[in-house]
Amino acid sequence: MEDTICAISTNSGTKGAISIVRLSGKEAISITTKIFSNRAFKSAQSHTIHYGYIEDNKEKIDEVLVIKMLAPKTYTKEDIVEINCHGGLIATNKILELLILHGARLAEPGEFTKRAFLNGRINLLEAESVSDMINAKSENARSLAMNGITGSLTKLIQNLRDEIVSLLANIEVNIDYPEYEDEIVITHENIKPKLTQISTKLEKIVKESQNGRIIKEGLQVAFIGRPNVGKSSLLNAFLEEEKAIVTNISGTTRDIVEGSLNLNGFILNLIDTAGIRETEDIVEKIGVNKSKKILEEADVVILVLNGNEQLTKEDKKLLETVSTKPHIIFLNKNDLEQKIEKYLLNESHVVEGNTLDTIGINPLKEKIIEMFQLNELEKKDMNYLSNVRQITLAKQALINMDNVQKQIEENIPIDMLEIELKEAWTNLGLIIGEAYEEELIDNLFAKFCLGK
Amino acid sequence: MKYDCIVVGGGHAGCEAAHIAAFMGQKTLLITMNIKNIADMPCNPSIGGTAKGIIVREIDALGGLMGRVADKSHFQIKMLNSAKGPAVRSLRAQADKVTYPQNMLKELQNTTNLEIKEGMVEDITIEDNKIKSVVLEDGTSIETSTLILTTGTYLKANILIGSENTEGGPHGEARSNNLSDNLKKHGFHIQRLKTGTPQRIKRDSIDFSKMKEEVGDQEYYTFSWDTEPSYDIKMQQKCYLLYTNANTHKIILDNLDKSAMYGGYVTGIGPRYCPSIEDKLVRFKDKERHQLFLEPESMYYDEWYLQGFSTSMPRDIQEKMVHSLSGLENAIISKYAYAIEYDAIDPLQIKPSLESKVIEGLFTAGQINGTSGYEEAAGQGLIAGINASLKLQQKEPLILKRNDAYIGVLIDDLVTKGTNEPYRMLTSRAEYRLILRHDNADIRLRDYAYSVGSITKEQYENTQKKKQLMQELTTFLKNTKPSKEQLEKWNLTLTPSKSLYELLKRPDFNLEKLNQNMTLSYPKLIQEQVEIAIKYEGYINKTYRDVEKMLKLEAKKIPQDINYDKIKNIASEAKQKLKQIRPESLGQAARISGVNPSDLSIIAVYLKKEYSKNE
Repeated sequence: MEDTICAISTNSGTKGAISIVRLSGKEAISITTKIFSNRAFKSAQSHTIHYGYIEDNKEKIDEVLVIKMLAPKTYTKEDIVEINCHGGLIATNKILELLILHGARLAEPGEFTKRAFLNGRINLLEAESVSDMINAKSENARSLAMNGITGSLTKLIQNLRDEIVSLLANIEVNIDYPEYEDEIVITHENIKPKLTQISTKLEKIVKESQNGRIIKEGLQVAFIGRPNVGKSSLLNAFLEEEKAIVTNISGTTRDIVEGSLNLNGFILNLIDTAGIRETEDIVEKIGVNKSKKILEEADVVILVLNGNEQLTKEDKKLLETVSTKPHIIFLNKNDLEQKIEKYLLNESHVVEGNTLDTIGINPLKEKIIEMFQLNELEKKDMNYLSNVRQITLAKQALINMDNVQKQIEENIPIDMLEIELKEAWTNLGLIIGEAYEEELIDNLFAKFCLGK
Repeated sequence: MKYDCIVVGGGHAGCEAAHIAAFMGQKTLLITMNIKNIADMPCNPSIGGTAKGIIVREIDALGGLMGRVADKSHFQIKMLNSAKGPAVRSLRAQADKVTYPQNMLKELQNTTNLEIKEGMVEDITIEDNKIKSVVLEDGTSIETSTLILTTGTYLKANILIGSENTEGGPHGEARSNNLSDNLKKHGFHIQRLKTGTPQRIKRDSIDFSKMKEEVGDQEYYTFSWDTEPSYDIKMQQKCYLLYTNANTHKIILDNLDKSAMYGGYVTGIGPRYCPSIEDKLVRFKDKERHQLFLEPESMYYDEWYLQGFSTSMPRDIQEKMVHSLSGLENAIISKYAYAIEYDAIDPLQIKPSLESKVIEGLFTAGQINGTSGYEEAAGQGLIAGINASLKLQQKEPLILKRNDAYIGVLIDDLVTKGTNEPYRMLTSRAEYRLILRHDNADIRLRDYAYSVGSITKEQYENTQKKKQLMQELTTFLKNTKPSKEQLEKWNLTLTPSKSLYELLKRPDFNLEKLNQNMTLSYPKLIQEQVEIAIKYEGYINKTYRDVEKMLKLEAKKIPQDINYDKIKNIASEAKQKLKQIRPESLGQAARISGVNPSDLSIIAVYLKKEYSKNE
């Protein structure tokens, strides 16, 4: 019961200027130390605030203020750490995920309060309401745990569990009935391909969790257009208008991200392809450099055209390039005479405006919201929380699977690496709300023929 | 005449219970229906096996008899799973069905404070909800302070062969007709269970040339921590492997309606892990053959046990079935396979000490509690005997936890989850099996045993000495850094900076290799244990972390006067289970199926509120 718990403490956690991730428990300080750049934090005094970065293997995740509060003068009477991070989902979720990966457990609903009570922080009069609250919230959480995941995904995970449990049951049978030669004996060699199969499917599930990814990483929005159509001005208008610019994330893979902004609580990562020299033929250039990759990876491409000119050969090539992707065509310079052949464009993709008056910025945003149904996602706020849990669990299961593979390389006996395999099975079970231990023993008897 | 402790039943549970209670100083009486059936082995001729072999070593560590009696009474012994990891290895001996009971009886007869009496117990009397006496068939009543019931399969036993249904226990012994009804009157829930045993075949009628030999290990082993091997490795007997075939299957399937099970003559619930052969055929239609073993029952008579062929078919069909097997074409069946139904109590009515929740001073152990197997029975008998004695000494009971012993897992499963089929121990039931190994049972349990007084000072000191040697060896390995020359002898191309301890973590290095160039003067068992601790340190520590979490919950005791009806918001299924099982700690509550983490939270909050008012 006294393990270290964490949760996003600010309501909804997404819209405010900052949000707070809170940890409570014996390891609150040591877990934070693992991901916080400020080395002074570890030995700092209680009830102090520290500035620095949350890092994931040296990669900066967010600029934060961290409050250190040591037991017993805290809400739960345990060590508490509060991480004040930027309001974006990207940062908050990533931090929560990092904490869990480093040993914290996602708190149950009402668990901070429960600890406060159990540790004598709250008086007895409040007890009943605590009990009521825990119950009400867990009922809610229970239904969410089930709703937050689609039927088809449940099935996929159930299938993976079935595959794992068959292996487990087979291993157990080999252990409990070593002289039954009729049953397949699981060896390092014959289990490997099965494990790889399971890992591959699991990886796919993690990757394909589309909404989860948008929530976690934000939308990749790529801007494209030939020189002098106002692409850079549009980009700047976007960023200028949005006062709350998030960090300029630097690093080798993200060097083209011009900036990020918060749209309805979701992160838009704006990516410019203008790094390409303007005198060169853009389309050709795209074919050879990494801009092609950017276009491929973008969730949406915004093609900027000059409404004051007729479509050029280059424009047409670009139109062709973006046609297979989710895209928006921004007709710039609508304050000038419109010479562009609008009949050649798909009207449903078109947004008109000009960067001079920043007209069209809002319609453009609305178009993005509409395309990705961000309003819908926003309503599923609670689901997203359970998704973080689910994605983390799925990732942990993947780590378990990787570890099993490593142990095979180290020639660890099957009955030992089974421990890690069982953990993968349990983690997947937690995603869909099933982790019934007897299941394994039932399986053993259902699938194998044994006995006197 | 009043006894401190009466044990009813002389099977594996009863022997251990009676012996340990007497050893712990209680004036003890063992009542058995037939003294010739003391420590009888009515089913398979073996002691130990996967998981069970570990239980035998635990019994020995705690002062029980099974291990040392088996060491004297077998004609083949094997370390099962020796090619697998250390956690799942386990000993199994082919025990002689004549000498094992004889040696056990000798042990009992040599135990001071212990009397053995023949008789049939049919009732009990109670006073102030406490056990007062047992009443025999002839009306005699014998007073006692504590009672341990180890009635095996004898409560209202019925033997089934085909449609034939005969009242009686194994070997046609008389059954107890009234005891289970009388227990019911006192508030026990009685359930009906079923098990079975296969045919016995005359040795001279078997053609062994058509079967595969199964031989014993070429290494000496003992179950007991206190005995030296007393057998000759070269004199070990063989067992044989054979298979069913298409003809066998046809005979069985054609006659399915004649089997007691499928003909609907059985009401008891049979165990899934030892299905009858007809069960196996029905459930696993695609299997072309099933494995069977032939094992000698004794060196003193010529019957062989046909493992895997348990059935409740009528005799004529059994003849055809057996004769269809390769090598048994001319076999003479000396005993037909039968199913047996019997009464058992609901283990949810027992405390973790094995004392009944219904009647104070009454303990139960073995098949009456819903288990199966000699070893499971003996383990419970031992704990019941220890706890009856501790109760008489007004001391706290010995409750082994899931991280202490397989016996702890067994009892916790029984009293927390209950069972509706005979419960057999499996390694997969023990979540902390990495630390519940056969090789460390003495290290795990002898401290407990000594503190409750179930072993001698000498036994305790031997274990302390072993621990000390292990510590010494570990220190030596940690402090010794081999030179470059030495490393080369082991074919290790490393710079000489690592200690032997660190080197032993490598997959390409082990103590066997080490001993080739550096002789360690420590006994093999010590070396083996230290090596396991080093090689699997990461895994073992992980297990300990899991254990720690469990123990924290375990330490949160639930007062027995708790009124679950007063706690709001617990799910109704959970509430019903909690009221029935009345777990002793939050840890035990957590293992009840249907009790959710949120229910636990609510109970924790309630306990704090109701029971810490005076803090």
